This record gives sequence, structure tokens and C-alpha cells, in this order.
Amino acid sequence: MTQETSVTDTAEPLVSIKDLEIGFQTGNGFVQAVKGVSFDIFPGETVAIVGESGSGKSTTATGIIDLLPSNGRITGGSVMFAGKDLTKASKQEIVRVRGREIGYVPQDPMSNLNPVWNVGFQVREAVMANNMAKNKKEADKRAIEVLQEAGLADAERRMKQFPHQFSGGMRQRVLIGIGLAADPKLLIADEPTSALDVTVQRVILDHLESLTREKNTALLLITHDLGLAAERASKVIVMYQGKIVEAGPSLEILQNPQHPYTKRLIAAAPSLASQRLKSQKIVVTDAPQGDEIDLVAASAHRHDVVEHADHGGVPAIEVKDLTKVFSIRKGGFKSEPFTAVDQVSFQVPRGTTMALVGESGSGKSTVAKMVLGLETATEGEILIAGKDATALDKREMLAHRRRMQPVFQDPYGSLDPMRSIGSIIREPLDVHKVGDKQSRELRVNEVLDEVALPRMIASRYPNELSGGQRQRVAIARALALKPEVVILDEAVSALDVLVQAQILQLLADLQEELGLTYLFITHDLAVVRVVADDVAVMEKGKIVEKGNVEEIFANAQTEYTQKLLDAIPGANIPLGA
Amino acid sequence: MPKPEHYVAPFDEDAVEVDKIKLDEKPSNLWRDAWRSLRRRPLFYISLAAVAVIVLMALFPTLFTDVAPNDDCHLEFSNAGATEGHPMGFTKRGCDVYARVVWGARTSLAVGLLATLISGVVGIIMGSLAGFYGGWVDSVLSRIGDIFFSIPYILAAVVVMTTLSEYRSVWTLAFAIGGFAWASLARILRSEILRVKSGDFVMASTATGRTKFSTLISHVLPNSITPVIVYLTLSLGGAIVAEATLSFLGVGLGSEVMSWGNDISAAQTSIRTAPMTLIWPSIFLTTTVLAFITLGELVRDALDPKARARG
Repeated sequence: MTQETSVTDTAEPLVSIKDLEIGFQTGNGFVQAVKGVSFDIFPGETVAIVGESGSGKSTTATGIIDLLPSNGRITGGSVMFAGKDLTKASKQEIVRVRGREIGYVPQDPMSNLNPVWNVGFQVREAVMANNMAKNKKEADKRAIEVLQEAGLADAERRMKQFPHQFSGGMRQRVLIGIGLAADPKLLIADEPTSALDVTVQRVILDHLESLTREKNTALLLITHDLGLAAERASKVIVMYQGKIVEAGPSLEILQNPQHPYTKRLIAAAPSLASQRLKSQKIVVTDAPQGDEIDLVAASAHRHDVVEHADHGGVPAIEVKDLTKVFSIRKGGFKSEPFTAVDQVSFQVPRGTTMALVGESGSGKSTVAKMVLGLETATEGEILIAGKDATALDKREMLAHRRRMQPVFQDPYGSLDPMRSIGSIIREPLDVHKVGDKQSRELRVNEVLDEVALPRMIASRYPNELSGGQRQRVAIARALALKPEVVILDEAVSALDVLVQAQILQLLADLQEELGLTYLFITHDLAVVRVVADDVAVMEKGKIVEKGNVEEIFANAQTEYTQKLLDAIPGANIPLGA
Repeated sequence: MPKPEHYVAPFDEDAVEVDKIKLDEKPSNLWRDAWRSLRRRPLFYISLAAVAVIVLMALFPTLFTDVAPNDDCHLEFSNAGATEGHPMGFTKRGCDVYARVVWGARTSLAVGLLATLISGVVGIIMGSLAGFYGGWVDSVLSRIGDIFFSIPYILAAVVVMTTLSEYRSVWTLAFAIGGFAWASLARILRSEILRVKSGDFVMASTATGRTKFSTLISHVLPNSITPVIVYLTLSLGGAIVAEATLSFLGVGLGSEVMSWGNDISAAQTSIRTAPMTLIWPSIFLTTTVLAFITLGELVRDALDPKARARG
């Protein structure tokens, strides 16, 4: 740590951004992505920019140190840093600032380390590039220090390992280490934990916070998660369509939002909603209408409806001692058994929602695939409406599939790009030979109405739709056969907060109208709080805890569940509302 | 540091629209976009025109010439230069070069198309089954492909055509060329299928109850077909060249059949006295092959959004 960085009580901002404008040259002409953004970052301060995809938050951050893609250009405004305007600085000047003065942590830890070089090489590269060492030996020493600071135990041995030998969290630590290698005055972290499990996210952010505090580094945090922003930053900037709509002290923004967009974001954020649900009992009889969705109201209404559902009788889904053993190839002809799902049992009463929660690798998606008949179970029983699905011949299986349909996570991957929307939705009807051509067309229009998409969309192709709209199409396809059970495999995880709230609302409405039973697979406990009636928490293939959502949130029995609950960003922020 | 002030942008209530549906006037999809970008390339029209002329020649040679290419030969005109009504002169046997070139288009094109069709069908079947089913099916089919891959197909065709010298026809020649040229197509398609089949939409289709084979036909193949189309347009030129090569070597079609390859082969004895008898069929051959290859390249660019953005 150098002397000059420890000055904190100066009123001079470290970075002062004025009327920044950035645009991109695209196939459809010049598109303005950032439209006049101004804010200051003071030494040692943590500032968070929050916004949905396409709001210009990442573009603003990368624009500061000129890391824009080649078709991007700063068209106006200034970025004052240490007396210099970075937008007018030469390439060499920018290179000198990057890394040494302003560090950068990219979003995706999986693709931002070069897989063919060992980790030590890549850290050393950053050290050398910033002239932090005179020779290789010194660089090695510094690189080890950097990794140790980043919280990697056994850094010396780790130096020789390759990125694929690291978990996502460890890779992100390496990237943070690289970003902080030269003790910069400002660290820009672009969605540093979005690809990680919540518990890992928490640890990484805690570590980042203590590192920046220790070194008095200012931090610019880019995130889509308002709860996370408010929890970590002293100042929150909310961006929408290239402009700042609201900015201020984080608590104030959360407790007293002024701009309608911010209000909606807060109403739609599951992490904040679950916080509000926990603190008060809300009675709502009518489902919220229109665009303005309040997750708390929506979820309260849903709970009301589901309470009248048929809890006795045969459960819609019953899973008994379900086990899946994969054999993992170990080079040569050796293979090793790996138990992905270990004696999992649960029941989902008709018309209710059961959430299966777990971190990556917990086996939750494998359970979903087995229930859907896409993987065969090694052992155990799956009963759908009382009928065993594990011992069916081909014809029975086909009939069985009509009763349950999936919606997958990635709205960009789950629709065949070569098919029109109409033919995608019609596919299950074609496969099951339901009715004639005309009645199938009618049914397509019906389900399009149900998911609130205009009918004319049937002749269009998936690439013309946004992620949320595609997910509606996927839901429409799942509904085409009038199933009793819908398996939602991370069905809202890839969507922006407001769109996510819309889809959750849609799912709740459909459940009420059609009496659907949902098996909701997710990693996000905050979402579980607002959509599910029962929850089963999975860890390493086993269900460690299950029960009523309210009970589990109020009084988790296992340490693991409690850890997951604590890791929900924004879980500890007092909300006035 | 000063306490940050609470800034609120001026707002109007309707400004926030969640996930509004914005559709272009015209629906877009891969093929329509590709067509739109093709239409802007002048080279596309040039090569398309060249291909159209050759195809017309093959289908209706009498549109281009009313001179009989084989029966109207007069030895007194042997290797004579161009005269009125005979713009390209005469061959050694005294036949009209232009008429022979026009009539020869049919054979060259037929062999090229048939050979491409054969290698296309075999390659698509082998490649898609190997890629989609994996496991032992893949092992067996890919090894068979590797065997064919390791034999230069011209050499293989020479061997086949010499063995089958009694049955020489357009069909045998097409089989000899196409039957050995499918291996690289199968490889390309296999890797493309491997990429496509891991997509969620394939899983979604299986979950509706579609059989594996039906999923392959209705979802996986259509999404993997782009490189196949490009490869086939490129290899059409190659097959036409292969016909000419084999005919030139004397193992292609019988000398009584009119084809550019045969004409080039026959003309080599007169290369010094009447070079044009060799050059004219060669020009037609080169132009045709070039036109097909250019068309293939253009289609590839049009189907690749990244290349399209550059052009």
C-alpha cells in the first residue's frame, strides 16, 4: 500500500464522470447505449451500478478504461481520473492507467482465464505488465502474494495448476487477484459473482470487501441484483436504457425509492420480496394486474389460492428413494461410480408448487430429468398421479408424457431456431396426434392467449423475440397438451428481474386457472420464497431438509439451509415498506 | 467523502415498458436473411447467370446450336479455325468445337450433379447417424469413414473405372466419384450434429415424446444442414473436374460420349497445331467450376451472420 491511496477525507472525487455517452456501430446503424451518465467515485468508496441487461451498466464501466468492443465508441462527456480526461487519453496513457491505477474483474470466471496457460503464468503476466516486478523471480514471489491475498490457500502449489483444475469460485478469486495485483486505486468488478453459487458469491464478496477496505481501494460494482448492490455499496446508481434514473445512498434508495422504475425493481426483486414476506403477513385477495407486479402481493395471493387446493388425495408427483448413479470415466478403461442423486423422496400435492433447491452439482436437475423420463433412474420409484413412470413401455411412456411437460432454463437454447413459433407450440400436438390440423391451430392460439402473447407471433421465428417472450413460448409449448404437471428447470433464472417477475406472475395465474402442479428446480432461494409452497433443499445428491416454505424460512433446521438463506443478497437489509 | 445526494431523474409514468414485443416489419429467419444478403452481392448474379447458362445448355443444347456435334463432321475441316457459323473452329476429326462444347455440358453437369448427390446422401446418412447416436454406431461409421478418407478418391475412381471398363456410363462414373468423396462431408456433419444435439430444444422435443429418430430428422438435421449445403456446392465443382480428369486419363467415359473431359483429352494431340480445340472446352470447364465454387462461397458467407456483417 502506498501513502497517497490512504487519504480518505478529501472531498476530491477519485473518478468524476460527466455526461458520458457511448454508442455502438451495429448492422442496423449507430446505437446509443449510454446517454449522458454522470457520477463520482470517491477514494475508498464502493459504488454499485444496477440495471437490467441492455441498460448500459457494463458499457459505462468498460467505457471508463476503454475496454469497449471494437465497434463501441465514446461519443461525448468526460472521465476525469487523477487530473486527466481518460476519454481523451492516448492508447499508451490508457494502458498505463489500466491495471496499475484502475483494476478490472470480468464477469465470467469460466472463460476469462486462458485454459492453455497455468494460473501462475497469468498472474505473473499481470504483475509484469504493471511493472510490479523487475524479473521473473520477483514476479513469481509477487504472484504468490497476490493469490494469497485473494484467499487461495496453498498458493505456491496452485501457481502451477491450470484453470480447469479450479472451481468457479477459485477462478474468480484468481481474477480478483489479477485485478488487484498492482494495488489500483479503483477496482471495477463487472457482475463478479453472477455465475457462482450464492454461498460462494457471499464468500467472494466478503473477501472483496475486506481487501478493498484494507487497501482503501474504491470499488465500482456492476450488478443486476438490487439487493446485492444495496448490501455491498454505500451508493447505488440505478440505470435504465442508458440513463441514470435514480442514484443515492443505498439504504435510502431501497427504503424510499422515488423513480417508478426503481419502485418496480424493488417490488419485483425476489430477494427483497422474500425479505418483506418474512417480516409481515400480507393479505391480498386479488392478483395484481397489468405491468406493475408486486411479487409480495402476487405470492400472497397465490398462497391464498393454493390453500384451497386439493391437499388430500393422490399426490401429483411422488418420488420414492430415487437414486441415480453415473459412471465417470477415469482414463483408460477405468470408470468410477458417481452417485448424483441419493435416495431422494418427496411428494407434491396436486395444484401446489414444490421447489427443489440446491447449488450447482447438487443433483436437482438430474431429479428433474428422471421425473421427465429423460434419464433413467438407477433405483427408486416415480409416481405421477399414482402411476409408476419408471416401468413403462414405449406406448405407455408416450401417454405418460402428456401429463407432464418441461420448461427449461435457457430461453435461447430451448426453442428450435429453424421453426416458427406456431410450429414450436404445435409440436407436442403433432407428436401426440391430437385432433386435426385445424383444432391444433386453434389450440396454438389458445395457449398463446394464455401466456399473453399476440396470436400473430405464431408465424414469426424465435430470433425475433426477447428472452422473456421466448420463455413464454416455452411455457405455451408445455401447456399445449394440457398437462397436469409442469417441471420448471431454472425456468426464470436467466431473465431480468422485471421480466422474471412477469413470468412468475404468469406461472401463478396459470396455476390458479388450470390447477397445475409445479416442480420448480432452482438455485435461488429468494425465488422459492415467493413461488413455492413446499421446498426440498438438496446437497450433494441428498435432500437435507424439506418442508413448508414458511417454516423453513422462519426456522431452518440444518446449517446448510441456514447458510443458503443467509447468502441471499440483501437478506439482512431492513426494509421500511 | 461527502454523503451522496439522492438523485432522481425526471420521469413520466409510461416510460417503463416491461418486455414489450417489438417486431420488424418483415419476419426474419436464417434463410430469408441469407437471401437478403445474397441479393446485394453482384458476384452472386454473375455466378448465378453462368450456372443458369450451363444448365440451359445441358437441358436444351439445341437452343444454343443447331449444328450436329457428332454426325456433321467433315475431315476436310480438320483443326480448321473459326468460320462463319462455327465460331470456335473444328476439332481434329472436323467436328464443330462449339457444338461439341454445348452438347458436352450435359454429361459434365450430369456426372457432377449425380456424384454430388451420391456423396451427399451417403455423407448425410453416415455423418448424422454417427453424430446423433454416438457410442458404437459412431465408432463403426466413423472408422468406415476414415478408411474412405484415407483413399484419394481420384485414385479410387481410376481403379473402379478400370475394373468396370465394360460398364462405363454416366452412372458408373458418378458412383465412382461420389462413392469415395463422402467421407469428409460425413465428418463435417458429424461434428455439427454433436454441437446441435446438446441443445435444450432437442431435450424439449424428446420430452414431448418424439422418438429419437424423429427428433434427428425434424430438429437436429435442419439445424446442422448449413455446412452441408456449403460443402455440396463446393464439391459440385470438384466432381465436374474429377469427370474431366478421369476422361482425360482415358478411364472416364467412352470416347464416343461427348464431355468436356473427353474433348480436352482428344485435343491434346493437336495442342500445337490447333490449341483452341483444347482451350475452348477448358474455358467452359473452368468457368462452370468457378461459378459453382463462387456460388458456394457466397452461400456460406450469407449463412454465416458474422461474415455477413463484414460484407
